Amino acid sequence: MGHGPAVKLGKDDASAYKTKLGVKMFIAYTLVYVVFVAINATSPKTMQSIVLGQTAAVIWGFGLIGLALVMAIIYNHFCTRAEARMNS
Amino acid sequence: MVYTQSPLAIGLFIVFVSFVLGLSFFLARRTKSADSYYAAGGNIHWFTNGVAFAGDYLSAASFLGICGMIATAGYDGWMYSIGYLAGWIVALFLVAEPMKRLGKYTFTDALDSKFNSKAIQLTAAISTLVVSVFYLIPQMVGAGVLVQPLLGLPHWAGVCIVGIVVTIIVATAGMASTTYVQFFKGALLLIMSTVLVIYVLTQGLSTSPVNNGQPYHEFKTLQADTALNISEAGYSVVAGLDSEFGKAGFIELVKDGRETIWHLNQNEQGFRLEETLFMTKMPDGTKTFNGAAKEEGMFFPVGHIKELRVNGQEVATTGAVGPLAYLSALKDSTIVLWGKKYIQDGANTVTVYYQKPTPGDRVLRPGLKFKVDNATGTQTFNFVSLMLALFCGTAALPHILIRYYTVPSQAAARKSTIVAIAAIGFFYVLTLFLGLGAMTNGVINLTDNNMSAPLLALSFGVVLFSIISSLAFATVLGTVSGLIVAASGAVAHDLMDNFLGMRMTDEGKVRAGKISAVVVGCIAIYLGIIFEGMNVSFLVGWAFAVAASANLPAILMLLFWKRTTAKGIAASITVGLISSLGLILISPDMWVRYGYLPTEAPISFNSPALISIPLSFLALVMVSMMTQKDLVINDATETAGA
Repeated sequence: MGHGPAVKLGKDDASAYKTKLGVKMFIAYTLVYVVFVAINATSPKTMQSIVLGQTAAVIWGFGLIGLALVMAIIYNHFCTRAEARMNS
Repeated sequence: MVYTQSPLAIGLFIVFVSFVLGLSFFLARRTKSADSYYAAGGNIHWFTNGVAFAGDYLSAASFLGICGMIATAGYDGWMYSIGYLAGWIVALFLVAEPMKRLGKYTFTDALDSKFNSKAIQLTAAISTLVVSVFYLIPQMVGAGVLVQPLLGLPHWAGVCIVGIVVTIIVATAGMASTTYVQFFKGALLLIMSTVLVIYVLTQGLSTSPVNNGQPYHEFKTLQADTALNISEAGYSVVAGLDSEFGKAGFIELVKDGRETIWHLNQNEQGFRLEETLFMTKMPDGTKTFNGAAKEEGMFFPVGHIKELRVNGQEVATTGAVGPLAYLSALKDSTIVLWGKKYIQDGANTVTVYYQKPTPGDRVLRPGLKFKVDNATGTQTFNFVSLMLALFCGTAALPHILIRYYTVPSQAAARKSTIVAIAAIGFFYVLTLFLGLGAMTNGVINLTDNNMSAPLLALSFGVVLFSIISSLAFATVLGTVSGLIVAASGAVAHDLMDNFLGMRMTDEGKVRAGKISAVVVGCIAIYLGIIFEGMNVSFLVGWAFAVAASANLPAILMLLFWKRTTAKGIAASITVGLISSLGLILISPDMWVRYGYLPTEAPISFNSPALISIPLSFLALVMVSMMTQKDLVINDATETAGA
């Protein structure tokens, strides 16, 4: 068997915290994505309405891409802090 | 369309290919062990790996396929961008760190980390191979598309060039060379796409696009009375209202010996006739374009704005605009999109492309490609299923997952995923402007929209086109090399070493990986040739569906459900793989590939994910529940061995 990581990994006591946080943030983003898909599937004309000078569809698209990055940065911030606190 | 090759483009292409080959040979000297071949030694910096992720992920589907789809179907093409990026959230929040913790060289290692199960080793390796091959097809098709304008070579030659170059890259230095090729390609793609968008915004919008100094073809309009007497002299009717053309809403005219097809629009005087573009396919396979040989250049590039409005005023041009002002102006304008109809004219099949003036705010919302307006249940199902596949597919792609083994720690795996999200998200914002730029700049080749982004670059001059085309080719090289590493790892490490138990030395494992890379490369070349002409992003949608169905349920349940058993994982992969592949093979789009009508297909949807993903989860839960005894035995063995 050639299992186990290719490099030796240190013990990570923050692992459980990061998993829990990841699941919560995943659920939050998934809910937003589900709403986006549901509106497109059931009421596409809503996406043609004008919001902030653009179609709602464009605002949703930029919003989902931007939200992914913002949530990723927040997630990393809390994970890094937890690693420093629990693995020291 | 007829392309003229530029020596600069050829030169840049040769320089780039020489560079990546030189890099591979240089790194080959340091690639002696299995760790360095399959995981680049596990010491790649997280930022480098993050950009390499982007290089891996921003494939021909993203650069060529999405831009082409936006250019012809507006917002619906961008839905792919949004779905692809959302998939990275699954990778970051659920998969990145555990994959790093559990695996060594392949994603099979992670799945099998608790069990040492032959069933997992076999099924996960087969799944890796199938997904990689599915993903390889669109990349190779993209390569074939690119070589025609770039080097003046036929489709098959492009496929062969990519296949050979990539096989050399992978066979020399494996993951090490692949990572650095991806890094350079990813960075260059972001930079040059930004430059191209700046060109688009600086030029602004115009009702008379100029394509590299060539004026846009003026599509003519004629008037006819109800008896089809044409207002302009010289035209006579070849196929009128009673013909197959007439039934489809067209008529065929002839003037000076040249046949043309016109779209009928009823008005008070009779009919307004709009010039179309058409391609005729004869029984022997010969094709004519607008009634002439391809070389005559009668099949014009298209894409223009009919009425351009800024702040409620109709204008001829906007001049330079910012990104939001660009979208606002498009939203308020009327854009000419192109519809397509197939007409059987005796033994010939005629594909007619006709103008469809469309309000800008309609273009910038979903519904032009996906049938979501007044959709039937099946159409809604198809759309939701595709969006599910895009969301779930990223974190299940073997060539993406193996990149987690190239970094030194879990934190580095996480950080590299965040760099990837930033880079890929930024690129996907750019795709909207690239696609809309192509839509309105008179550059679309209706017979193959995959070339929209490079042809948009050509409209700004040969230099930009040369750089963008070489880069697009590099895009294919990078992604294909990542896929071949994943596939060769599945054969050499998962099947030969683990499943078959062939006791190989470290050098033997590297040699087996290299031989596997050559074999997979040959298969990819063959498939790239036979799938010519399909939209590459569409094909990648299938790869995502297969990956999401076969791999993701197994990964997630292994991580989050303690009662998961080895047999449950193997069953999940098998059911996900067979159901997704089976549904794809009997889908309407495949029916067209077999030479039948799409309406004759046994099922009426193209995207299988909404059925195959739940089936895969269900199989895992049911089989795991039935084999809980194995889990107890396994736990007891582990305890005894501890």
